[in-house]
Amino acid sequence: MANRQATGYTLLFATAICIVCGILVSSFAVSLEDLQDENIALDKQKRVLEAVGLLQPGEPIDEAQVAERFAPIEPVLIELASGEAVDGETATFDQQRRARDPATSAEAPDNLAKVKRIPDRALLYEVRGDGGELEMVVLPIEGLGLWGTLYGFLALDADTTTVRGITYYQHKETAGLGGEVDNPRWKDRWPGRKAFDDEGKVSLAVIKGFADGPEQDPHRVDGLAGATITSNGVTNMLEFWLGENGFEPYLNRIRAEAN
Amino acid sequence: MAVKKSEAALDPLFNNNPIALQVLGICSALAVTTKMETSVVMCAAVIGVLTVSNLTISILRHQIPNSIRIIVQLTVIASLVIVTDQILKAYVFEISKQLSVFVGLIITNCIIMGRAEAFAMQNPPSLAILDGIGNGIGYSAILMVTAVLRELFGSGKLYGYSILPTVSEGGWYLPNGLMLLSPAAFFIIGGLIWALRVYKPAQVEMDG
Repeated sequence: MANRQATGYTLLFATAICIVCGILVSSFAVSLEDLQDENIALDKQKRVLEAVGLLQPGEPIDEAQVAERFAPIEPVLIELASGEAVDGETATFDQQRRARDPATSAEAPDNLAKVKRIPDRALLYEVRGDGGELEMVVLPIEGLGLWGTLYGFLALDADTTTVRGITYYQHKETAGLGGEVDNPRWKDRWPGRKAFDDEGKVSLAVIKGFADGPEQDPHRVDGLAGATITSNGVTNMLEFWLGENGFEPYLNRIRAEAN
Repeated sequence: MAVKKSEAALDPLFNNNPIALQVLGICSALAVTTKMETSVVMCAAVIGVLTVSNLTISILRHQIPNSIRIIVQLTVIASLVIVTDQILKAYVFEISKQLSVFVGLIITNCIIMGRAEAFAMQNPPSLAILDGIGNGIGYSAILMVTAVLRELFGSGKLYGYSILPTVSEGGWYLPNGLMLLSPAAFFIIGGLIWALRVYKPAQVEMDG
């Protein structure tokens, strides 16, 4: 056996270990990539279904059922600044990657949701009834919570004001505290609330304590106990994404088309 | 140093528990034990990584140059952890989402490197495998007890099923929010260490 202390042997061994481990890791990563991408796409679809109320949280559902229930939901790519629909591949659209790329994004003005860059395009979903009339829009929302960014969807009625549902598909909040954004009972408090006031300003906040029902108290939602920062994060991201830097141009277009 | 097979596998459960006696691997024990479901997957991942890393290091123990042995161990462990993470993402996506960074942090779990350096470098593969499984189970035992207590009293559930109906679900139990925060795991693990040392006084460290 070669001298284990020799420098040449050490270098040779290190190289061999690196190559073997490198091949191992990359072959697993490559061979499992398709499965992982499918999981991510499926998970996102499930969250969209949850936001529009076509899927109960925790309900077991397979791929075919997801596809079936997704039938009335149409992905729409829009230009964020104008709100106009644009052509483009929706299946592989990655808003987060687009927001990172300086060529396809712009720096966001200082905002409470701590969104750093705004992508030029966004992928949202339009839910249409049997006659093709618009029933709901599902907007992607994101913003900083306590431990990291929360990513989710907000479903608005075709009147662009009434909330139909909210759901998060990725976050790092503390389970049991901020993680309660996933609690179905909390999410049940959202439908029926109004996202805008009479003057068209964004007005929907997660408050400390309890809010009344949607009829009496349309602009406030119960806070998450013990999770003030997550609650504020939710409020801030709604304010940002429904505002002028977010989907306001798009919502204005929907309103104009409805009249 | 002659180690019996049964000792290699069973010692880490009570006599030489990696968490309770050596106080290693605490970070993940705090982070993933708010729910049993995530703890089970984490335990399986650690047992798998620990066993395979012990085996690999043990097979290579006569070839690894002494001057770079730590970094070689780390390379092997890191590769195994990344592979584990990829497999979890592909087959149990929902749970891997909840475990998030903590699977990756198995790399820095002191138990795994500790066993590679202290045991696998000196012992043949068959013993190293048993040592890996034993230490993995010793780690898992503490994790699962902690997870049961935290999930039961923190959210009134066990493995996702409601045991104590909580107030927010229309029941009577007011969950103890502290149980869901990291300090609770410290209290529970501290309590377990205490209990174990009352049961086995030989583990008590003497002053001086």
